[in-house]
Amino acid sequence: MIYLQLFWSFFQIGLLSFGGGYAALPLIREQVVEQHHWLTMAEFSDLITISQMTPGPIAINSATFVGIQIAGTWGAVVSTLGCVIPSCAVVSLLAFLYYRYRTLSVLQGALYGIRPAVVALIASAGLTLLIQAWWPGGFAWNAPDAVAVVLFAGALLVLRRWKPDPVLVMLGCGVIGGAVYLLLG
Amino acid sequence: MNKRDWKRYGKLFTSTFLLSAFTFGGGYVIVSLMKERFVDKLGWLEKQEMLDLTAIAQSAPGPIAVNAAILLGYRVGGPLGALVAILGTILPPFLILSVVSLFYAAFKTNRIIAAVLRGMQAGVAAVIASVVLDMAGDIVRKRKILPVLLMVIAFALAVLAKKLNVVWILLGCAAAGIASALWSNRRGGDGV
Repeated sequence: MIYLQLFWSFFQIGLLSFGGGYAALPLIREQVVEQHHWLTMAEFSDLITISQMTPGPIAINSATFVGIQIAGTWGAVVSTLGCVIPSCAVVSLLAFLYYRYRTLSVLQGALYGIRPAVVALIASAGLTLLIQAWWPGGFAWNAPDAVAVVLFAGALLVLRRWKPDPVLVMLGCGVIGGAVYLLLG
Repeated sequence: MNKRDWKRYGKLFTSTFLLSAFTFGGGYVIVSLMKERFVDKLGWLEKQEMLDLTAIAQSAPGPIAVNAAILLGYRVGGPLGALVAILGTILPPFLILSVVSLFYAAFKTNRIIAAVLRGMQAGVAAVIASVVLDMAGDIVRKRKILPVLLMVIAFALAVLAKKLNVVWILLGCAAAGIASALWSNRRGGDGV
């Protein structure tokens, strides 16, 4: 039964992918390409390209994409559900422990150490993204993409100065940057 | 359920839906945006709690964005809130991928889409930079050595040791925090 197979495959992907994003890629490939041959390797790399160009977690994107290709809309629904259910269970358990015990001094200490690390992880993700925007072909010791530098500086200035909705800032960059890139050819 | 509750769930849904629909570039981007909206704009939770929830979202399996949405939703509106936030978060990629998978040859080669997405990348980087400036500033201003040190070490590891699973970074920093708490308890100090 194809629905069950899809559900179970993406359940495993959801359960075993720690670290988010690209940590899930090898697992998805294992299930979708190697084990079940739902996609060829070429289709799989198309899927990664599409995931990079569209919003949303790569695991959810692949669940939808593979589900639709294999078993239509309902295939997409069961795959996505399979992918999300393990998260729900584990996260609920952790959240319960957090709210129950967060006044304990051991957990307080742990959180005291973890908070700066989370800031650092967000910063490193931001740096990766910035490098991708400034040097589209990968980092090198040459001048960054001037349009991206100006967009970044302008957006940061606007954000710090007027505190607008960040979604508007991103959309603005998309429209302005998109127009400039198209004009420059 | 009264009218105010409905309004809150509605706001939760539209917020998570919009964030998810415009979030390119992985889990930490959406976490940054959630902080902007739920902490700064709506005032639904504290900055510290947001960092804790981010750590939990990171430590659990599955997409960070989905995990963070579950936590936020639950915190704001209980089990129903969690459900609403999950739906808001997974619907945009679900809908977009459904459409794209039908036209994906055309989509991949469209010049306008590529140009707009390239422009947005710089904007997303700016949003994250702004959030990091806020949060790192908070940590530095408290003038304690350990958190600043942990932040620098964690950043260096995350950037330089790409193969290292970030769960180890979080565990290491947790251990350092616990050690410092026990140490200051023993000396009867001011705690952490």
